[in-house]
Amino acid sequence: MALLSVKDLHVSYGAIKAVQGISFDIEQGEIVTLIGANGAGKSTTLNTIAGIVKPDSGSIEFKGESLVGVKAHKIVEKGLALCPEGRRVFSQMTVAENLQMGGYTRTDSENAETLQVVYERFPRLKERMNQTAGTLSGGEQQMLAMGRALMSKPELLMLDEPSMGLAPILVQEIFDIIEELNKQGTTILLVEQNASMALSIANRGYVLEVGHISKTGTGQDLLHDDDVRKAYLGG
Amino acid sequence: MTFLTQLLNGLQLGSIYALVALGYTMVYGIILLLNFAHGDIIMVGAYISWIVMAKLGMSPALAVVLSVAGCTLLGVLIDKVAYAPLRNAPRLSILITAIGVSYFLENGAQLVFGADAKVVPAFISTSTIKVGGVSLSLNAIITIIVTAVCTVVLQLLVQKTKLGKAMRAVSEDMGAARLMGINVNTTISFTFALGSALAGIGAVLYSMAYSQATPTMGIMLGTKAFVAAVLGGIGSIPGAVIGGLLVGFAEVFVSALGLSVWKDAVVFLLLIIVLVVKPTGILGRTMNEKV
Repeated sequence: MALLSVKDLHVSYGAIKAVQGISFDIEQGEIVTLIGANGAGKSTTLNTIAGIVKPDSGSIEFKGESLVGVKAHKIVEKGLALCPEGRRVFSQMTVAENLQMGGYTRTDSENAETLQVVYERFPRLKERMNQTAGTLSGGEQQMLAMGRALMSKPELLMLDEPSMGLAPILVQEIFDIIEELNKQGTTILLVEQNASMALSIANRGYVLEVGHISKTGTGQDLLHDDDVRKAYLGG
Repeated sequence: MTFLTQLLNGLQLGSIYALVALGYTMVYGIILLLNFAHGDIIMVGAYISWIVMAKLGMSPALAVVLSVAGCTLLGVLIDKVAYAPLRNAPRLSILITAIGVSYFLENGAQLVFGADAKVVPAFISTSTIKVGGVSLSLNAIITIIVTAVCTVVLQLLVQKTKLGKAMRAVSEDMGAARLMGINVNTTISFTFALGSALAGIGAVLYSMAYSQATPTMGIMLGTKAFVAAVLGGIGSIPGAVIGGLLVGFAEVFVSALGLSVWKDAVVFLLLIIVLVVKPTGILGRTMNEKV
């Protein structure tokens, strides 16, 4: 059974149909990426799975349980976390407080444990734990946003544009971390505009085009696919 | 009148404004709503005290408990019935709703209790204590101490507790707070409950000072507390207290000079000056537009 299974999902904002019948599966332990141009419906798909946006129709099943109509804060409890586009850290709260918010649905003793793991993974966050998040650099904020999402101990971590606005060296670092997290057992659903980076670490990928899936395959297949190269990889 | 007495009066009045301003500032901080019904919650609290003590002849202690509890419930109820359905509506709609709730409470009170003032019995029997030969108003001292304690407790709650941090998270980014697993509606209800409980305490302290309840008493009290919140920087808890005390002192000072007809005008003049010089208020932060 797939960890996450999305079938014939339709989502609209008023009259605008953002997602028009997409279906995909994620197996336990995979890195799956959704790539596509601006407005293809990638972020909408993630926001719908996370319960922030309501779908018009279709099904979303996580561990065999339907997520449609489940409130966003309940979805986090089930083991599914979204690290949102633009990071959206709580800039006036300290790093430690941001992480504490990430573990909001977990017990204090669980959080104490997870916090150690997160600080080991992101030593910079430990150094800056008492600083307000707004004073961090872009890369550090991305690490905080990821660490914060990890605090809920997700089985499936959804990352929306984690490399956005970061220097190339930091992009590499972030992708290394994503691979590491995956090796340690977290299933990853990755949405990226940086398609070549995303495909290079992904087991499988889906290409989204104006609300529907136009192509699917393994990360390597898509990386070498002529259409994909022309459209998204600049060559 | 000695200087000390005036100082105490200023602190007493300022403390009441501060308590009410805290409710304004907390609700604004979390859902950017100027809750114009906030002053009227205090009016309801004063009527509860009057009913409990004057009509039912029960103890002042019970009046305090029931006033605070009644205001807390009313605040949460107003949010659930009037504001929660408009959570995603434009801010103007919810603002107009708040004005509607305010009129509803004022006219409802007039319908039920009549337009004349009801006399709220004294909560405490001794009115003054002697400290070093000077007699001081016990009401004033109680008011100041209660306000100080409430402010400290509130600040600790918001800064240190999990729920308080959730309030700050929701106030900064409601969507991101949801993704953390925070139940945004519960958190907003809690904020209304806290702000309204403070209004309940304010109602008791106000009744102690002025001993009467009228259907429209919340208007000027609410407006001045709103001025206090804006003066201090709306959204800021320490700011609300500073603003409240400033407004209280300004009024008492002007009255002491024999210009008491001007005391309301001075408060609003103060507001105009602060808005011209520092529009975000004394402790207000510059708001970053969310992209």
